[in-house]
Amino acid sequence: MVESAFLERSASVQTAPVLEFCDVGLKYKTSGHSMAVIDRVSFRINQAEFVSLVGPSGCGKTSLLRMISGLNPVKEGAVYFQGNPITRPLQNVGIAFQNPVLLPWRNTLQNVLLPLEIVPPHKHQLKRQRSRYLATAQDLLSTVGLKSFQSHYPWQLSGGMKQRASLCRALIHNPEILLLDEPFAALDAFTREEMWDMLQRLWERTQCTSVLVTHDLREAIFLSDTVYVMGPRPSRIIHTLNVTLPRPRTLDMCFTEEFHRMYSELRQHIQRN
Amino acid sequence: MAAMERRRLPKGEMSDFLNTQIAQYGLPIATAAILFLIWELVVRLFGIPEFILPTPSAILAEIPQWGEAVANNAWTTLFTTLTGFLFALGLGVMLGFVIGYSKLANLTLYPLLIGFNTIPKVALVPLMSIWFGIGTVPAVITAFLLAFFPIAANVAIGLATVETEMEDVLVSLGASRFDVFQKVGLPHTMPYLFASLKIAISQAFIGSVIAETVASNGGIGYVILSASSNFNIPLAFLALLALAVMGVVLYGLFVILEKRFVHWI
Repeated sequence: MVESAFLERSASVQTAPVLEFCDVGLKYKTSGHSMAVIDRVSFRINQAEFVSLVGPSGCGKTSLLRMISGLNPVKEGAVYFQGNPITRPLQNVGIAFQNPVLLPWRNTLQNVLLPLEIVPPHKHQLKRQRSRYLATAQDLLSTVGLKSFQSHYPWQLSGGMKQRASLCRALIHNPEILLLDEPFAALDAFTREEMWDMLQRLWERTQCTSVLVTHDLREAIFLSDTVYVMGPRPSRIIHTLNVTLPRPRTLDMCFTEEFHRMYSELRQHIQRN
Repeated sequence: MAAMERRRLPKGEMSDFLNTQIAQYGLPIATAAILFLIWELVVRLFGIPEFILPTPSAILAEIPQWGEAVANNAWTTLFTTLTGFLFALGLGVMLGFVIGYSKLANLTLYPLLIGFNTIPKVALVPLMSIWFGIGTVPAVITAFLLAFFPIAANVAIGLATVETEMEDVLVSLGASRFDVFQKVGLPHTMPYLFASLKIAISQAFIGSVIAETVASNGGIGYVILSASSNFNIPLAFLALLALAVMGVVLYGLFVILEKRFVHWI
């Protein structure tokens, strides 16, 4: 089952990329003079690929992510989604930040259902097919172990629970792209490793193209098919790592020689700057 | 509000007691009773004359004679206060939304509003009595003017302090501006609105009573003024007491509404 999913993904690699960055640059204007943040970045992301962006702080990783979501405009170069340049929010995107930003006036289940109230066609069907959508949301919540917390409010949840709910919210509308901006950075080491495992399961299930911004190199290797290392400002992609570990990955793999080799390869490229 | 206190207090017998219904209603009443008792004792002990500070028992003794008159005038004050308050609520919320959402309105209207708010409203009452005559209209307007500012300012702050990431979650899904307002801006503003309503209702009372003392022949303000000029100090205090009771009741009403509408804080 897992094997076949993996093969399917490998097969789709040959088709056109879902996302394509072409000579994307970024300049910030601060008090008159402009500062180059991203020099020029080009890469492609394939269907159902899991990609990580790593690099020093302030190198524009998050800006690239926000360009995909349409939250930040692309001023230099272009970002294509299925061949069309992204000019505004895409709708079929799920997004999760370091801060889980659950709405405090909604309980867990209502928070997870939020995207369905906004994204068509769900938004028009939600009233008529409420029970079907509720079942989907509850099913998703039980995958991350939050079924019994569905009527709890955010202040009653732990940090890890909030982040799991936030991931469910990012996935409820079956997005084609999942964007993750350091989603586990605020969690403790043990919880974080649990989350990797959970995110991997969700990803295997939903098959959505994922882009993760992280500072944690182990996290990047554990979860990704491809890791892009960005240099310091003005940044470029200075290294590409294809993670060859078989899927599904286990935490034990973090202690293999291969894992260590990839880790030090990434570390080297970040240290060199 | 109470929910927040309940979950943040450290555990212990005292805090357990403070969280009971008995403590919640009993303690404020007991405090008020003790205050009145001390008042009574101090006045009797030091032989303070009635026309300076009457005892609580002397104030209550006025009820058979003046109770009905005070009640009627209290209704007048309550009516003007609530009318002014409702106008303030409607216009305050609207202007607050405009200022909170529009940078232009924030730059043009807000400074004007602050400037106007610094004018003591009592100074406007004589002018209003020239424009609108004496009676209900100036009182309603004064109540409105005093209650309006906290509502508008708080609604504007509530809208302006929405976390951008919260909006980003919706915007990245292609939400319209109205969606963002309805799902995030409005609920986020509710705690600010209710906090301001509790202030605004007291302000509205102040406004109507001020107007009644300056330009009216009815209402609690008028009763206090005429009782004082007749040296009927116990009656003036009875009127004050009526005012305090109305204020507390309305405040309590807003606390109940707040708990219903802002249950997550």
